[in-house]
Amino acid sequence: MALTGLLTFNILNSIALLVLLSLGLGVIYGMMKVINLAHGEFVMLGAYATVLCADAGVNLWLAMLVVAPLFCGLVGLVVERGLIRFLYGRMIDTMLASWGLSLGLIGLVTTLFGNTVRGVSNPLGGFTIGPYQTSLYGVFVILLAMAVCGLLWAGLRYLRFGLILRATMQNPDMAAALGVAPPRIYMATFALGAALAGLAGGVLAPVSGVSPGMGAAFIAKAFITVLGGGPAIITGTGLASGLFGTISELASFQTTPVFGQVALLLAAIIMIRLLPQGITGRFLRRSV
Amino acid sequence: MPHGTFSRRSLLRSGFALAGGALASPLVARHALGADPVKVGSLLDLSGPIGSSGQAMYDTFRLAVEEVNATGGLLGRPVELVNYDTQSTIQLYSQYAQQLALRDKVAVVHGGITSASREAIRPVFNRYRMPYFYNVLYEGGVCDRDTFCTGTTPAQTVNKLVPYAMESWGKKAYIIAADYNYGQITAKWMSKYVRDGGGSVEAIEFFPLDVTEFSATISKIQRAAPAMVLSALVGANHTAFYRQWAAAGMKSRIPIASTTFGLVNEVASLDPAESNGIVTSYGYYQEITTPASSGFVAKLRARYGANMPYTSELACANYEGFMLWAEGVRKAGSLDRVKVCEALETGISFDGPSGKVTMDRQTHHAVRNAYLAEARDRSWKVLHSYPDQPPADTAAVCDLVANPRMSKQFVIDVSN
Repeated sequence: MALTGLLTFNILNSIALLVLLSLGLGVIYGMMKVINLAHGEFVMLGAYATVLCADAGVNLWLAMLVVAPLFCGLVGLVVERGLIRFLYGRMIDTMLASWGLSLGLIGLVTTLFGNTVRGVSNPLGGFTIGPYQTSLYGVFVILLAMAVCGLLWAGLRYLRFGLILRATMQNPDMAAALGVAPPRIYMATFALGAALAGLAGGVLAPVSGVSPGMGAAFIAKAFITVLGGGPAIITGTGLASGLFGTISELASFQTTPVFGQVALLLAAIIMIRLLPQGITGRFLRRSV
Repeated sequence: MPHGTFSRRSLLRSGFALAGGALASPLVARHALGADPVKVGSLLDLSGPIGSSGQAMYDTFRLAVEEVNATGGLLGRPVELVNYDTQSTIQLYSQYAQQLALRDKVAVVHGGITSASREAIRPVFNRYRMPYFYNVLYEGGVCDRDTFCTGTTPAQTVNKLVPYAMESWGKKAYIIAADYNYGQITAKWMSKYVRDGGGSVEAIEFFPLDVTEFSATISKIQRAAPAMVLSALVGANHTAFYRQWAAAGMKSRIPIASTTFGLVNEVASLDPAESNGIVTSYGYYQEITTPASSGFVAKLRARYGANMPYTSELACANYEGFMLWAEGVRKAGSLDRVKVCEALETGISFDGPSGKVTMDRQTHHAVRNAYLAEARDRSWKVLHSYPDQPPADTAAVCDLVANPRMSKQFVIDVSN
């Protein structure tokens, strides 16, 4: 019984991590159809921002929840203005440019801070489920993922800015005719996506090895989740994270971590075959 | 949109320039001592996931070359270092190994970090008759007359670590290891030594190098309730295990002994709460207080700054490996492959930072000191030292005196 509880908690935790990792990519890809191959490096920058701030004596929660997303949002803004905005509508070119950007960012961080593993200490302790011990930080991650999804959903659904955002993504020409400047909206969306990636990096900082190349370990999973989720960003990412998180965690527990990864990829392949437009391409199409 | 086209073109141009700069000429350190230089090849991952290990090894290697040059070079000629960054990519190992052998025509190659990279370049050097030094602790078993392995092997370290852990903590072990030849074979050695000590292995789990989520494993370990965890995890991603283990509050419940932890600065960079109490056994720790060791660390600090990362066995053995080869060349009085090999086989030794390192004729491995230490407040507390440990694991299967033409890696049968 306690083991089931622990397992359920682990599954929720891995879903939450997947949601946080994918949302930023989902916002940028889902709304702008820009494939941002530097997403993993935005996550890495968020983690570094958190580590550096914490080392400088800033409160860890502040570093993680405020500084990391703000910093990455700014980086996203600069990247959009300086690089991505010239390439809208040219998917292959944006992929190439963002891939180059990702290599550049890895190189830059390596040069500045060295190719070593860093980290911040975990701010929360553990707690027990029956005889088993697990991390209180996992509870925080789950709550945060729920809060971020909720806020993003509410923003897109109820705020005027959310409405304009969705309108621009649906039909930029019509939105422009109604007095909206699509380039500004794109800029804001890209920055928002980058900020979400930075937040994920901040959250990962206490539970992973922070190194210049860390983004590579997350990018594939994030892409699979976003593609599996389909056009509705929040519902889609949430559902796909739920599916893939459960499968990989259960498979890792029942067999080995290798088969956990195999199961995740297998599930993704089968799903893309059955639902080429992603989950929300077929179901819940009217959701956000 | 001409504006857009122009931007893309200039972007591509600068992109190509960047890529070209990265791919083109490797860093070649030149020395101006006049005479025709002795070229020495180094193949290490200086970037990518393994780059943190390689950078420290490259630093000590450069120091070794500089020291040899400062004392007049080899055979009256300056030593020139030809270095390639293999970028944590196996294909680049094979490619640069060919370049070193065919284009640069170096006298020896020191390099390779992971066992996978060693097995990729060893056949290349065999084909071109290139003497090759692998200066990294590894799983043992390489038996090849053109290859010299100067790092520690399981009989020298794991065989100290496991009995110590069992004596301190109990008999039941849970083994976690990286999923490639090093982890696979080291896990076998761990289970052998656990069983030899009358203990039992609850489970062995392997992790691909890109795994970052360990919650399922941490749950499984708790379900198995072992007396200790034995870890041969590798690389920056796997560092997450120690952090998640501490985050779950497991640190005080089940102790960890590792054959890899702390080789790349983890003890200094992780929070003491995450690393304290982890026990390891290596051929060198920078905390060793012998004059040779302290002097070595002081020289490195003077050369590379006080903030340089931790100097582990990796960095130390790469320095000692080069010095051992230099001794061989001096003794042979020639760069000829056979003569240098024969000189190295005379039981030549070098007094390095870790103590005396002697080349074992039968196995082409090193007889060297081993140490056992525990992580405590961002540094290692050396608890035991074991002088002049022979490479007994490889010696059990490899005899280059009897079979000089042998070139293979034995996967030592430890399934019992």
